[in-house]
Amino acid sequence: MIKKQFVFSNGEGLHARPAAQLVAAATPFKSELSLEYKEKKVNLKSILGVMSLGVAAGSTITLIADGDDEKEAMNKLEELLRSEGAED
Amino acid sequence: MENILQGIAASNGISIAKAFRLENAELTVLKESISDVSSEIDRLQIALSHSRSELATIQKQTQEKFSDQEAAIFSAHLLVLDDPELRAAITDMIQTQHVNAEYAVQEAANLYVSIFEAMDDPYMRERAADIRDVTKRILSHLLGVSIQTPEDITQEVVIIAEDLTPSHTVQLNPELIKGFVTDIGGPTSHSAILARTLEIPAVVGSKTAMATIQNGEIIIVDGEAGKIIVNPDAETLVAYQKKQQAFAKQKAEWQLLAHEPTITLDGHRVELAGNIGTPDDVESVLKNGGETIGLFRTEFLYMEKEQFPTEDEQFEAYKSVLKQMNGSATVVRTLDIGGDKELSYLQIPHEANPFLGLRAIRLCLDNEDMFRTQLRALLRASIYGNLRIMFPMITTIDEFRQAKEIFLDVKQQLISDKVEVNETIQLGIMVETPAVAILADVFAKEVDFFSIGSNDLIQYTMAADRMNENVSYLYQPYNPSILRFIKLIIDAAHKEGKAVGMCGEMARDETAIPILLGMGLDEFSMSASSILRARSQIKNLSKTALESQIDHILSLSTADEVLQFIKSLDR
Repeated sequence: MIKKQFVFSNGEGLHARPAAQLVAAATPFKSELSLEYKEKKVNLKSILGVMSLGVAAGSTITLIADGDDEKEAMNKLEELLRSEGAED
Repeated sequence: MENILQGIAASNGISIAKAFRLENAELTVLKESISDVSSEIDRLQIALSHSRSELATIQKQTQEKFSDQEAAIFSAHLLVLDDPELRAAITDMIQTQHVNAEYAVQEAANLYVSIFEAMDDPYMRERAADIRDVTKRILSHLLGVSIQTPEDITQEVVIIAEDLTPSHTVQLNPELIKGFVTDIGGPTSHSAILARTLEIPAVVGSKTAMATIQNGEIIIVDGEAGKIIVNPDAETLVAYQKKQQAFAKQKAEWQLLAHEPTITLDGHRVELAGNIGTPDDVESVLKNGGETIGLFRTEFLYMEKEQFPTEDEQFEAYKSVLKQMNGSATVVRTLDIGGDKELSYLQIPHEANPFLGLRAIRLCLDNEDMFRTQLRALLRASIYGNLRIMFPMITTIDEFRQAKEIFLDVKQQLISDKVEVNETIQLGIMVETPAVAILADVFAKEVDFFSIGSNDLIQYTMAADRMNENVSYLYQPYNPSILRFIKLIIDAAHKEGKAVGMCGEMARDETAIPILLGMGLDEFSMSASSILRARSQIKNLSKTALESQIDHILSLSTADEVLQFIKSLDR
């Protein structure tokens, strides 16, 4: 299992577009991928789950990957978050 | 019996056709208990896969017909449809509670709808509508009720609807849809903008169209007056048929001028420009013979969203406009918010006199980060065309200097970050306060161009709120006080070799055009639909002849005297 923290500094928070990109990127992986925010944990492959967290700009989120392709999954997600203006 | 409804004029023109009511399908869901779980899940799977292919088709059509941006909403719908948590919740309910698929879909979706509706962020609250839209689609397949779409229409009609959703509007076929009328929406709503792009006459915000109009009734849509006439009597029908023909004939005549320069009888050339609010508006400006963009109102980029548009989103919008204009001048006005225009996500303290308060450049200088984001996006886009930046509501030289300093600082930062920018961006100002008009000679030395915002210049000169009906008689574009100001501004600019445009209502006004032309205004900027009419008028005027009348016009005492005098010139 890999756990990694990010600060989501994108000006609009985790809104539809970045959320959709994140979910689309997560979906092809076999591993169980989740997103933790304010002690709530949701399935990263669920757009409704991710958006229902209402992640605001500047807040800290944790990504958790667990499964055979967890490394590849985490790399991919990290790359995406970085291009969206997140820092670890 | 003839019945007239009044709405908001959204798209010019007249259409006469039978009414077609676009109903919201009745999707009544009853809770039933089922015994055969696996066949119920099969029903669900089939409904989901039908919904999926339907959405994929709409998404693809939208991409082809419009843009990726318009299609994005359907990609979001597809993600909701495929959401594993939502699907798990539905199947789980069917399996453990032995309920029918319809009920399970509705319950599972409602749970998410209520989560989103309870959120603080207004943008997220709106996402509840996306979930409802998707749920409706799945339910329609489960219940075997077809959702009506504009694609079902096979004859010429006027669409009557409560509102047109994005999935409706992208399916409108202008060959058959002669006009539309909605109960809700305003002149800048998604459907109104689209109607103008497709050149379909439309009236929005009629409030009562769905309640009063029946399928098959004859409807006249007067997109200029914002009127809807239901079951017109023979006399009205003939009158409107004539009007419709005249409109079409006039339009065809004007269309011949689309690619002609605007030259007066005595060989003087002026520029006719378009006012736009979104990148989509450029097409209609070009089609209607606009030579340049005289005003890009960037506030729509901000107003149509529920949070600040990001730098990248703005960059894409500016780039798109500049590329479409292909090197022709494009004047972009920085954010003009405050006064009567608000942003849901920007708290502006309550003011007793918002039009005299923290608005436009004042607000931008007060929210420097927001202003810098816009300038960065503009500078990055500047390499794609001939960008000119214009600051609204400037009152003092200091404000202009401060805005310019921020602009130069943002530019320097980009250059040191090795971002390519255009080195020759002109910086101009809107002239809309008497303070600037009277000091125009001083401003003319520092700015690259002027654009007269006539609506505000009139409001501030006459000290009359243009939203206040009790003092609307003071909105007098032809008042000699206004005309003298305009003359002062134009002369001051020309003395320094700078150009002057006008982007308010006055620039397209048939009475004002001869006066402005005589005073030497260089650029007239207006909505796309007015450009060709203005060109046909200017081509029949002589600048020197009008020039010689200006002294007399400016010596008159009242707006009415000016109006009468201009009318007498026509004869």
